[in-house]
Amino acid sequence: MATAFSLNGKPVSIDADPSTPLLWALRDHLGMTGTKFGCGAALCGACTVHLKGAAVRSCITPLSAVAGADVRTIEGQSTDPVGRAVIDAWVKNDVAQCGYCQSGQVMTAVALLKKNKRPNDAQIDAAMTGNICRCGTYQRIRAAIHDASKAVA
Amino acid sequence: MIIDQYLERSLTVAPQPISRRRFVTMSIGGSVGLALLPSVFAQPKADVPPGQKPTEAPSAFVTIARDGTTTVLCNRLDMGQGIETALAMVLSEELGADWSKVKTGFGSAAPNYVDPLMGVHVTGGSGSVKNSYTQYRELGARTRAMLIGAAAKRWNVPASSLAAQNGVVRGGGHSATYGELFDAAMKEPIPEKVALKDPKDFKLVGKPTGLKPSRAKSSGQQMYGMDVQLPNQRVAVIAHPPVFGARVKSFDAAAAQKVTGVTAVLPINVDRGGRGVAVVANGYWPAKTGRDALKAEWDTEGVEKVDTTALLTRYRELARTPGLLAPDPQLRADVSGLGQAAQRIEAEFVFPYLNHAQMEPLACTVDLKDDRCDIYTASQTPGVDAMLIGQLIGLPAERVHIHVLMGGGGFGRRATPTSDYLIESVAVAKAMAAAGQRAPVKVIWSREDDMKAGYYRPFTLHRAEIGLDASGRIVAWDHRIVSQSIQAGTFFESFLVKDGVDATTTEGMRDPYDVPMRLQVHHPKVNVPVLWWRSVGSTHTAFVMETLIDEIADAAKQDPVAYRLKLMGSGPEHARHRAALQLAADKAGYGKRQPAAGMHWGVAVHESFESVVAYVLEAGVNDGKPVIGAVHAGVHCNLCVNPRTVEAQVFGAAAMALSTTLPGSAITLKDGVVEQSNFGDYTVARFNEMPKIAVHIVPSGDPPKGMGEPGLPPFAPALANAMRRATGKPQRQLPFVLA
Repeated sequence: MATAFSLNGKPVSIDADPSTPLLWALRDHLGMTGTKFGCGAALCGACTVHLKGAAVRSCITPLSAVAGADVRTIEGQSTDPVGRAVIDAWVKNDVAQCGYCQSGQVMTAVALLKKNKRPNDAQIDAAMTGNICRCGTYQRIRAAIHDASKAVA
Repeated sequence: MIIDQYLERSLTVAPQPISRRRFVTMSIGGSVGLALLPSVFAQPKADVPPGQKPTEAPSAFVTIARDGTTTVLCNRLDMGQGIETALAMVLSEELGADWSKVKTGFGSAAPNYVDPLMGVHVTGGSGSVKNSYTQYRELGARTRAMLIGAAAKRWNVPASSLAAQNGVVRGGGHSATYGELFDAAMKEPIPEKVALKDPKDFKLVGKPTGLKPSRAKSSGQQMYGMDVQLPNQRVAVIAHPPVFGARVKSFDAAAAQKVTGVTAVLPINVDRGGRGVAVVANGYWPAKTGRDALKAEWDTEGVEKVDTTALLTRYRELARTPGLLAPDPQLRADVSGLGQAAQRIEAEFVFPYLNHAQMEPLACTVDLKDDRCDIYTASQTPGVDAMLIGQLIGLPAERVHIHVLMGGGGFGRRATPTSDYLIESVAVAKAMAAAGQRAPVKVIWSREDDMKAGYYRPFTLHRAEIGLDASGRIVAWDHRIVSQSIQAGTFFESFLVKDGVDATTTEGMRDPYDVPMRLQVHHPKVNVPVLWWRSVGSTHTAFVMETLIDEIADAAKQDPVAYRLKLMGSGPEHARHRAALQLAADKAGYGKRQPAAGMHWGVAVHESFESVVAYVLEAGVNDGKPVIGAVHAGVHCNLCVNPRTVEAQVFGAAAMALSTTLPGSAITLKDGVVEQSNFGDYTVARFNEMPKIAVHIVPSGDPPKGMGEPGLPPFAPALANAMRRATGKPQRQLPFVLA
C-alpha cells in the first residue's frame, strides 16, 4: 500500500506497510540515509525529522501517520534559511566529532529556532536534552545554537 | 582502545624514528605471538632503503588534481577522533599544500595503510597521531621534494634554486602549481632523505582547525557503515542467544516468514560458540519484525548464567585472598609494615560492566563471491578481520577486501579479537549463498542487540589496605584487583599478559606517585564477553588512585594539589604531570580563591596512553544530585597537532566519564541475561547534565602523543573528590551513590 506525503517540499509516495516507521521508509525505501538510526525507541533523537513543523522521532512514527503531511529531513536543511544558519553554525563551531547523531541534533535545533529565535540556555537545555551525543559535543552545540540564533534573529 | 600501546611497550622501542621503526618491524617478525598472524602483520624485508616501504610511498597517500585539489588519505578508522583531519594537516604542513584545497579520505587494506610502527592495520591506543606523525611529515616532505624535482627538470634549473609553498613551485622567474606538476612529480625517484621543517616554522600544525568532513557530518551527507547500500542488497537481523554462548534449540521460521519482505530465516553460528538465527529481508524493518516473531528457544545447558549480585560476593571473597603478583618490580614492594602503621585506610571499590553505546549501532555489509569477499564497515582492526574472515570462507586474507567507512563512535567496540560482528555478518552471507539466495547483505544490530549481546568493560573490584605513619606518610600500600582478563585466550595474550597478569587490568596503578605498593590480581573466568572501553584499565585504576590519594592528603593534613606534586617528586619523569596539574590549578584559580558558595574543589591527574590530563573543578550536591560548576582541564600531550580536536576529545572523554557516575550507568546480569536494553535503562550523559569545560594545553615541541582516551580517567575521580568534600563520604563505586 502506498503512502503519499510531502518530503522536503516535494511529493513522494512510498509503497510499504503503513506500520513501517518513517525512519526505515526514508532509509530503505527512498535511500535517504541522512536520518540516522540510534535506538529505535524515541530515546536518543538521532532520527529526528520535522512533521508539520514539529520535531518528531521518525523511528516510532509509522508511515500511516505522515499520509498527506509535510515532512522535512536533514537533506532539506541546506536550502532552508534556518536550516542553513544552523548547519553553518555547526561548521563554524566544529561541533561534529563522529557526527552520527548530528542530523538529529541539527533537526531539533532548527525546530527550536523556528519557534523561538532567541532561546536562552534553559530553553536550549529543554529542547536538546532528548538528543544524545555519545561524543559529548554538547558544549559546542550550545555555542552553535546561540550563533545560529544571532543569524536568524 | 589500546592495542598498539602494549605492542610498543612489549617491544621496548628505540628512540630514533627510523631505527625505531626498523627495530619494531624486525621484532615483530621474530615474535612468537605475532607469528600466529602471518598474513596480518607485514613481513619484514631486510634493509629496505628509506622511502621505499609501502607506508612511505607518496602516491598511496596524496594525489593532486590539475585544479590543485589535494586529497590526503588516512591510514586509520575515524570514529570521531578527528584523525582524518589531523594526519592531513601533518602531511599538508610539510607538503606546503593550500589547506583550502585539501580533501581527506581513507586508505584501504593495502599494505601502505598499516600502522608504520606495528605493520598491522589498527586504530587504537590513542596511537594514530603518535605513530603516524613522522610518517605523514615525511610523506609530505617527500612529495614536496618530488614536485620540486619535476619543476627543476621542466625548467632545467637546479632544484636548490626553487621554493615550494601554498601549492605553487617558484624560482628563477618560473612558477607552476602543484596540480600542474603532480603527474610528472610521481615519476621522480622517491628521495631517501628529506629535510623536515623546524616545528617553530609550522603554519598549520598547532593551529585550531575544523574537521574536513564537518559540513558533511552536519548536513546528513557523511556516509557511515550503517548507510551502505549495494545493488540488490538485503538486510539481516540476528537473534542472538540471550545467554552468551547458548545455542538455539527451536524457532518458528514460519512466523518470521509471514512478515512481508522476509526472504530467508537461517540459523548461523555466532560469537563465543553460540548459535543464533538470522532473518533476512528487503529492509531493516521487516527483518527486525521477523526476528522478533521467531519465538526462539535456547539450549543453555553447560553455559554459565552470570548474576552480577552473586559475582560481587565472589569478587569480594577473592579480593581477600592472595592473587598473582603484578610483574612490574615497582608493584612488588614490601608491605610488612602495614600491621604497625599508625593510621590505616581500608577501601573497597566496585565498578560495573559498561556498554560502549556508540551512537551508531553495529552494522556490517558483506558482498560474498566465490573468489573474493568485500566488507563495508567501520572496523578498528581490518587486518585481523580479513584474516579471520578468510579462515571462515576458505579464502586468503588478501581476497577479503575490507572497506573502512566512517564510524559513528567506537570507543573500543570496533576492535574485537574475534571480529565478532564481522564474522557473524559473513556467516549470514555464507548461509544465504548456501540456501541459493546469494546477495549482498547488511547485518544491522538493533540498539537492544548492541546492548545485550556484548562486549563490555569488565566488572572490576579493587581492595586497598594502606598504612600511614603518624605524619601521614604512606609506609605500605597493599592492593588487589579482581577483574576478568580482556586478553587471556586471544592472540594478544602473549603481549599483554605477563606472569598471568593482564596489563590492561593494572595500567594506571601507582604512577606517578612514589609509594610502596604491592599489587596482586585475580582474573576470574566469567561468561561475559569483555573488551577495551575508552581508556581501558584507567577507567577504574585512575578512580581508585586519585580518590585514595585525595583522602590520604587529607589524612596527612595537606593540600591535595601540593600533596600530589610532592609525591610526584621533582625529577623529569613526572614533569608533564606536574605541568598539567599546575596549569589546571592556575587556570581554575585554585589556591587563590575559595570555590563558589556551596561548591567544593575536586582535583585529579592521570597519565594514560602517554598523555597526561588533570582536572580542577568545582562541584557540590543538591537534592542528592551533583551540581558541577566550572571545570578546568590541563593537558600535556606534547606537541598538539590540532588544538580544536584535542579540546573536543577532552569534552567527549569527560562526557563519557560523567556518564559512568550517573545513576543507571551500569550493565547488570541476572540468570545470564543482560538486564539493560536501551537508553531508557542504560544512562548516558545528556545535554543538560554536561558542565562547561575549559581545556588548557601545556605548550610543547616534543613528538606528539594521542588524546583519544586520556581525558577520561581523571574526570570521575575529580568529581568524586568534590563530592566527598561536600558530603563527608567517599565515593567507592561507580556510578556514584549520593542519596
